[in-house]
Formats: sequence, structure tokens, C-alpha cells
Amino acid sequence: MKLLSFLFTSSIGRKLIMALTGLFLCLFLIVHLIGNLQLFKADGGYAFNHYAWFMTSNPLIKTVSWGLYAMIILHAVKGIYLAMQNRKAREVSYGVNGGSSNSTWSSRNMAILGSIIFIFIGIHMGDFWREYKFGDEITWKSYTQDYNTQEVTWADYTPVEGQKIYAKDIEGGHMLVAKDLYVEVWESFKQPWIVLIYVLSMLALSFHLLHGFQSAFQTLGVNHPSYSPIIQFIGRAFAILVPLGFAAIPLYVLFQ
Amino acid sequence: MSDTLNINLKVWRQANGNEKGKFESYQVQANPDMSFLEMFDVLNEQLIEDGREPVAFDHDCREGICGMCSMVINGRPHGPKQGVTTCQLHMRSFKDGDTVVVEPWRASAFPVIKDLSVDRGAFDRIIAAGGYVSVNTGNAVDANSILIPKDVADKAFEAATCIGCGACVSACKNASAMLFVGAKVTQLSMLPQGQAERESRVVAMVNQMDAEGFGACTNTGACAAECPKEIPLSVIATLNREYTSAKLKGR
Ligand code: HEM
Ligand code: SF4
Ligand code: FES
Repeated sequence: MKLLSFLFTSSIGRKLIMALTGLFLCLFLIVHLIGNLQLFKADGGYAFNHYAWFMTSNPLIKTVSWGLYAMIILHAVKGIYLAMQNRKAREVSYGVNGGSSNSTWSSRNMAILGSIIFIFIGIHMGDFWREYKFGDEITWKSYTQDYNTQEVTWADYTPVEGQKIYAKDIEGGHMLVAKDLYVEVWESFKQPWIVLIYVLSMLALSFHLLHGFQSAFQTLGVNHPSYSPIIQFIGRAFAILVPLGFAAIPLYVLFQ
Repeated sequence: MSDTLNINLKVWRQANGNEKGKFESYQVQANPDMSFLEMFDVLNEQLIEDGREPVAFDHDCREGICGMCSMVINGRPHGPKQGVTTCQLHMRSFKDGDTVVVEPWRASAFPVIKDLSVDRGAFDRIIAAGGYVSVNTGNAVDANSILIPKDVADKAFEAATCIGCGACVSACKNASAMLFVGAKVTQLSMLPQGQAERESRVVAMVNQMDAEGFGACTNTGACAAECPKEIPLSVIATLNREYTSAKLKGR
């Protein structure tokens, strides 16, 4: 442990924590986006609700999830602390600030962008995660999928006291009785102001990643004339495509 | 014959580190061929003639090699031009009637001594902590007895051109000294002469850098963009790498 204490006591160590947690969060974004794309399937929410149940019940995924929550908090707390320390390094500010002529806007506003993302994560988890795990307002559905035709049929389902989500194989197919998070998402995104919050937050995420992705590699010590242009390119593509993919979901639902 | 430029100067005046400072306005007539520092000489002569306190500013070589001429000009260290110091900036870079705001380097680790002059002793203490190599005394060794590949020598030399001016700190929104420390660590870690202290050096220099109150780098790149010697941002990646590997080896 002593070998790693520099991660918490030195400026470079704190930066390494930002980079490692930041890149882990980037990985999470990919997994989360792929899962969310199930929402586009016109199967009454069968695939999506199956996925949501899997993500909240599989022991391995649950463990990774708690790790993820810790990473988000560590990244956010360290980020805010770093920004505060860095302000102290210049007690008297400049009369004229030439920042825009020597650095990008996102690089100078990482803490603000991050804070917007943090607030968004709070709203987003309150909307869906908390409702799904602890709320009792979500309705239920039962689905049956025919193995031969792959066709899915569904019906409303009235949960009994202490109802558990379950799936089982039946004669010639598969059935699922689950909380209908799909319809919950669908109803949320019919409200324009919610869609606006989501889209603006994804814009903030995009700018955060525009600087953050390549910055993390520099922090980890990777800066090379051959590799850096590739990292920069991937970073830019990631920063545009991933938030765009997320933002497409509420926009699609709203304009459906 | 070039025309005279009328420059409206707003200069930071601060009696000493304990007093609060403020901007004062002055009018100066400058010749376009003057350097920025020569324009300040004209201003100071004017002030002395009027029986007022001249502006304190640092300068020495006036040819871009000592790193003393610390002035933030219209929000940018060493003014609007790339790759030059204040002494290498000429008045022809400004237009007649321009308002030019001049401030000192601003960083908690560089306290103001007076007006535009700041104490950059923090840099000296970082160098003293580890920015050196140990050599045997006695006869000078033949220059070619230690073989260094040309590309390595070139890279090390590029980092060695740092003049310790502190523009990197002044440009950085976090007042971080990583470009300066990275330049020295890169230079010495690449050369055979620097190997003996390679790990202890980087740890000692970073410890001192943190103790002096410089901020942490967030890779904005402002330092490299404003460095008069155009030290590349890659020296910071090298510093991160050298420091992390030294730490992981238990240094
Ligand atoms: C899914 C969400 C997020 C992702 C993928 C992400 C990703 C990243 C990455 C890759 C970096 C670059 C690290 C480096 O420069 O070495 C970074 C930096 C940063 N992040 Fe995040 N981040 C997220 C959320 C947040 C949140 C919620 C906050 C704060 C409240 C935040 C605050 C910061 C700050 C202040 C920095 C700059 C730190 C620095 O450059 O030293 N981020 N982020
Ligand atoms: S790295 Fe560049 S800006 Fe910083 S002290 Fe050295 S020469 Fe000056
Ligand atoms: S006075 Fe020496 S570099 Fe400008």
C-alpha cells in the first residue's frame, strides 16, 4: 500500500487517479450505450427490460456497478478538490486573461463540465435507477417469445405482494415477467423539458471528453509522435459519437 | 523612417509583496523598432523626470537567453508573438493608439517583489532539489568518450533550451510548473550522465514543486503554447512516466 500512497499525496498521483477513473468511466459509457440501444427495438420492451433486469441482478455486474459508483464519486470528489487546489495556486487573478489564445475552452472548464455531468447523473439515477430498484410506480409486463418465429407478444401484468422479476423457458419459447422500465423511459422522454436536460447534459459530456480522453493518455505518460495523433482522433470520435448516441434516444422518443 | 506609436499603457504597480497592487495608466511614444523593454526604459525616464517612482521590471541579457524579462502583455506572457521573450518583442507588433495592459507573472509560488518583478526562487529550489548530475572532479573527460546517439542528444538538447523564465507557470490556468520541471527531468533522464540520480531526481523535484504551491497540470497546453523556447508538451508526459515508474519502484 505504501508504494501506492503517492496516488493520494502528490500532484501527479492525483492526476493519475483522474486519468484512470476517467478512462474507466469511458469504458462504462460504451457498455451503457450498447445496452440502451435495446430501446430502439420494437418488441414492447422485451429486450430492454431483460437487459435492465440482468444488469441489476447478476452478482458480477452488481459488484462492478458498486465499483463504478465508487469510481464516479472518486473522480468527481478528486476533480473538484483538484480544481480548488489549482485556484489557490493563483491567488491574484489576471486583469486581462489570454486563455483563449493558448488553450481550448473545454480544457479550461473541465470542473464546470464535470459538475454538470455529476448533477445529471444524480437526476438520471433518481429518474430511472431509484424508481426501478426501490420505487413502486413502475408497471409490470409479461412477455413470451416464440423460439421458432422469434416473435414477442406481451400483456400487462399485475404484480402480487413482493413480486419478483423472473424469466423461464416454456414450451417452444421463453417468458419474462418484469418491471416495465421501457415504458417508464418512453413516458419520461415524451416530456420536452426532460429531453432538453438530457441533450444539454450530453453536450457537456461531449466537451468534457473532447479534452478528457486525450488528456488521460498524456497523464499516463503516453505522448508519442506516432501514437498521439491516433489517440487524438479516437478521442474526438469518441467524444462526439458516444454522447450523440445517448442523446439520440430521448430525441427519438420525443419526435416519434 | 517609421512613424512614432502612441501607446496607452496600463501597468500593474505594487509597492511590495504586502501591499495591494493596482493598474496605473501611462502614455508613451514609442519607435516601432524599439523592443518592448526599451519602451519601458522610455517610460521610466519619463517617470523619473516627473519625479515619480519608475516601474520595477526584471531584465538582464535582452537577447532572449536569460529568462528574466517576465511581463504578461495583454493577457499573454511575453506578449502576442510565438517563441519570443519580452526583450525580443518589438513595438512594431503594436498599432498606434493601442492600449497595452502589462502585469507580472501571477502565481502564489511567484510572489511579487515590486511592480512587475516577481520572486522566482521556487524554480531555483526545484533545481537545487534534483536538477543536477554528479561528476567526478579532475581532468575534463573527452567529449566523445561517452557515446550518445544523435537523435537522443537532439531531444535532450531541445529540453535543455529551457531558460527558466516561468512563462509556462504564468500562462497555465493552474499555475503549474510541470513544463519547467518536465524539461529538466526529460533532459537529464535521456543522457547517460543523468542515470545515477534518475529516480531520486524526479521524486525530489516533484516533491519540491508540490511544496512550493504550484498547481496540478490539467493538460491545457497553455504552457507549451506560450513557452519562448517552444518546449513541447511531451516533456510533461515524460515527467509523468518518470515519476510514476520511480514511485512504483519504491522511491
Ligand atoms: C461519465 C462521466 C465522466 C467521464 C467519462 C469522465 C472522463 C474524464 C476523463 C477521461 C478525464 C481526463 C483525465 C486526465 O486529464 O488525466 C476527466 C477529467 C476531469 N473530470 Fe471527468 N469524467 C466524467 C465525469 C466527471 C464528473 C461527474 C466530474 C465532476 C464533478 C468530473 C470532473 C473532472 C475534472 C475536474 C477533470 C479534470 C481533471 C484534470 O484534468 O486534472 N468528471 N474526466
Ligand atoms: S519551459 Fe519554457 S516557459 Fe517554462 S520556464 Fe522553461 S523556457 Fe520558460
Ligand atoms: S532579458 Fe534575458 S531573456 Fe529577456
